[in-house]
Amino acid sequence: MSQLSLLGAGLPAADLPPIAAPDLEYALLAPLFVVAAGAVLGVVVEAVWPRAGRFTAQVVLALATVVVALADTIWVYTDLDVVDTERLGRGQVGGEGAVSIDGPGVFTWGILLVFALLSLLMFADRRLDGGLSAFTGRAADAPGSASEAEAVKARLEHSEVFPLALFALVGMMLFASSNDLLTMFVALEVLSLPLYLMCGIARRRRLLSQEAALKYFLLGAFSSVFFLYGIALAYGYAGSFRLSDVATAVGSRTGDEPMLLGAMALIAVGLLFKVGAVPFHTWTPDVYQGAPTPVTAFMAAGTKAAAFVALLRVFFVAFGGASWDWRPIFWIVAIITMFLGSIVAVSQTDAKRMLAYSSIAHAGFILVGFAGAYVGPAGADRVTSVSSILVYLAIYGVSSIGAFAVVAVVRDGNGEATHLARWAGLGHTAPWLAGAFALFMLSFAGIPLTAGFIGKWSVFSAAWAGGLWPLVVVGVLMSAIAAYFYVRVIVLMFFTDPVGDGPSVVVSGRLTTVVIAVAAVATVALGVVPGPLLDLAQHAGALVR
Amino acid sequence: MILTLLAAAPLVGAVATAVLGRVRSDEPSAASPAKAVALAASLVPLVIALVALGRYDLDEGGYQLTTQHEWIELFGAHYALGVNGIGLTMVLLTTVLTPLVLLAASGDRLDRPERMPTYLALVLVVEGLALAAFSATDAFLFYVLFEATLIPLYFLIGSFGGPNRSYAAVKFLVYNLVGGLLMLAAVVGLYVVSSRAGDASFLLSDLQQLDISTTTERLLFCGFMAAFAIKAPLWPFHTWLPDAAAQATPGTSVMMVSVLDKLGTFGMLVWCLGIFPDAADWAAPVIIALAVVSIVYGALAAIGQDDIRRLVAFTSVSHFGFIILGIFAFTTTSMAGSTLYMFNHGLSTAALFLVTGMMIARRGSAGIDDFGGVQKIAPIMSGFLLVAGLSSLSLPGLAPFVSEFMVLAGTYTRSIPAAAIATVGIVLAALYILIMYQRTMTGPLSDDARGVTDLTIREKAALAPMVVLIVGLGFFPQPLLNVINPAIDTVASHVGVGDPEPRTPTQINAPAPEGSGTEEGGH
Repeated sequence: MSQLSLLGAGLPAADLPPIAAPDLEYALLAPLFVVAAGAVLGVVVEAVWPRAGRFTAQVVLALATVVVALADTIWVYTDLDVVDTERLGRGQVGGEGAVSIDGPGVFTWGILLVFALLSLLMFADRRLDGGLSAFTGRAADAPGSASEAEAVKARLEHSEVFPLALFALVGMMLFASSNDLLTMFVALEVLSLPLYLMCGIARRRRLLSQEAALKYFLLGAFSSVFFLYGIALAYGYAGSFRLSDVATAVGSRTGDEPMLLGAMALIAVGLLFKVGAVPFHTWTPDVYQGAPTPVTAFMAAGTKAAAFVALLRVFFVAFGGASWDWRPIFWIVAIITMFLGSIVAVSQTDAKRMLAYSSIAHAGFILVGFAGAYVGPAGADRVTSVSSILVYLAIYGVSSIGAFAVVAVVRDGNGEATHLARWAGLGHTAPWLAGAFALFMLSFAGIPLTAGFIGKWSVFSAAWAGGLWPLVVVGVLMSAIAAYFYVRVIVLMFFTDPVGDGPSVVVSGRLTTVVIAVAAVATVALGVVPGPLLDLAQHAGALVR
Repeated sequence: MILTLLAAAPLVGAVATAVLGRVRSDEPSAASPAKAVALAASLVPLVIALVALGRYDLDEGGYQLTTQHEWIELFGAHYALGVNGIGLTMVLLTTVLTPLVLLAASGDRLDRPERMPTYLALVLVVEGLALAAFSATDAFLFYVLFEATLIPLYFLIGSFGGPNRSYAAVKFLVYNLVGGLLMLAAVVGLYVVSSRAGDASFLLSDLQQLDISTTTERLLFCGFMAAFAIKAPLWPFHTWLPDAAAQATPGTSVMMVSVLDKLGTFGMLVWCLGIFPDAADWAAPVIIALAVVSIVYGALAAIGQDDIRRLVAFTSVSHFGFIILGIFAFTTTSMAGSTLYMFNHGLSTAALFLVTGMMIARRGSAGIDDFGGVQKIAPIMSGFLLVAGLSSLSLPGLAPFVSEFMVLAGTYTRSIPAAAIATVGIVLAALYILIMYQRTMTGPLSDDARGVTDLTIREKAALAPMVVLIVGLGFFPQPLLNVINPAIDTVASHVGVGDPEPRTPTQINAPAPEGSGTEEGGH
């Protein structure tokens, strides 16, 4: 108050409206603060730490931040209050109504932190490329220029990627738990901007990487604008940014119907872009291919998880009352996303592009569960749309990071050998690695006793319970097409003889090997004993508004 | 507990085989410890299965030796095992065949001999998963195992088969996955129906109590049936089988056709009829028609084959037609006949695949025209081929005759046209087997076939037990029928169609013991 009165020189203090200091739930929001603080500290380290040990210092700082945040997230999760006794919900709205610290949100924090932990291990692996990280030494140098060669010779490294990743992470976490549309937009930008940057600084194939960054930035900015316009319309309709206020307005159907439909459509465009659903998917293959593989892994798992939870929040909470308006659109989007992702993946010859189209197909499968919009009966314990999508995201993310980690270690003299023809016979030269990749493929295909099966089962059962059995039948048929191209990779690795000298596999990438092993074990374990994960997601309960 | 051991023993054996094979692979006598370990590991389940047979109380019937634990509580899925007469028969078939397959397969010449341990280990994995699937009494568990068997078999075909193996493996997998995924949709639907009725549960006994609306029941039935019809295989979903059998090694073919394809007919009998009796009754005319087409088409196609392995595959299409016909004729005689047929077909087809595999390995070609007069230089091999072939054409006195007769006799009381057309299959069977035998074994010895040698002791040891069983069960099928009949009575009462008034009394059936139905039994 006193400060304000100083600024408003000449005005009596009493004329100003009183501005209360925000009342924050520090204990509940601590995971966000920890990650943000880690990121800021990373920037400081970048400025003051001597170059020699800076990379290591950043690695240690980033990993420590994530581990601490993860531990705190678990503590927050176990400590959430039970609300809404009819339909189980946990948590509360905090941050002056900006953030919803509820079961699904905190669960998403947890899986995002696990994804970040695995991805950061890949970021930190410097054994794969002759003692240098996967990121270029000096991004400002033109590719192929003399100064670039100089930077390589001086063994320069961009250790800024660690704070950048942490900033993206805090954006993702906030995105998944925003309770008003404006916070959601801010979080969207916080998560996107570092990712645009990280996509463009690959050490190898720099032109491709820079192209990917530019494409991602332009298309991402374009979709953000759609999102923002949708927010404006939603505000015009409801008179508030808060999801619960929008829900009230939708429930009473006050206001202008076209404005509501416009708001839903434009917000859906922005969010479907982030999840990579057709027809807003075109950035996915180029960006996945061009970005440095550790970044691709982080992005594939993290962005998808955060964006899907945000999608759930907007459409289940804010627009839940208008579900009959938006559900048919999502059925169609789900079908064409599954179809296009699976069909186009069949003709891919590059491992990363193939995984990109696979991620599009998986967005389609998740949308099947989403379109079911099943909240479960009061008082009973059923697989709901929310819990099934949380399970799917956790499982898909882990398998996905594992698959990209394998891509990162299959290399030849020019870096990663991503052309699938170079993978022929990998099963004979590196049986364990190829076995792990085959396992991830089987999990993506949804074969029983792998985690992917449990994920697929969950979303399909939520969709069926929501009354969409035809969509489930379409979904399983699309799974069969998708299975065809996953199996094609297995055929290539195990049943085809290597052409010429096959790729050399760097097994000495110790950290990446750890990532592959963890992902493989998790893929099997969650397939055989999925109970704990399912219970955890179920325990998260409904979204709290 | 004993069933858990039964399914776990081959899996443990598979790990041991793979590990020991790796350890000793530097030495020249590369895979020999692995071979011995694999064979020993496959004898353990046989012993356990015999113990299980001994502990199964025939008078009581129903599901016995049960185990039940919560597995995925939220889905209502249980780790629940138990066998009735049908499951026990299939378990016996699997455990009897696997050691013989391993004995025969350990002589297969692989492209990469050092991969022999992997090959044998995968066969053991197939056995373990099949045994678990045959004894699963939870629909979710059954589905998981049903699908999981695809993976080891896919690698068996794709890694160890003939030149076109990768095409055959992918075709096999895609066909079976489409069926499996349709079944997945039905399993999901079943969960929704079951959870709406109260607590979700996939236990067979709970599912049988479930009240499903007519339309839903029919849809779910179609989902299950799609998977089983592709697996079995029923015409027109059979086209993957000849390709897979032509490329796979003989051992793989036996595991595929004699064991895993039985999961299809077993699934129809236990799961389709068990959970959706009304829908099964509704669909029966169509399925009977398809089964009859299968019988005739499979036989005609077999006559037209040049490749011995494709011929055997098509004979199986015909035989599976008989099995499915018997199941959907809904008489106790025909269903018991079908179950017995599953066992007998397993034996006779296994013998046929193995002995033709030995012929093909010696000649280096699978073409029927590349043989001729082999009987003169390999009389014992030719004798085994003759017995296996005669059993395949259901010669009286050999085991398949009894079951085929029961299927036809049971079907006759339900539908005379179906039985009449199916009988044509028997005539055609005589043609395809005898023409093949004549062209390969009799006549003047062809020059190309001169290098063919007779069977080794190991190969005789692999084939002899099958022949003994085929002849033994041909004359004395009653012990096996005593195991099968009570379970069939339960299924028949559950379907509730009932036997038509007998026009002639059949004595093959033992009188149905009253009150033999179990608690899981019908309403």
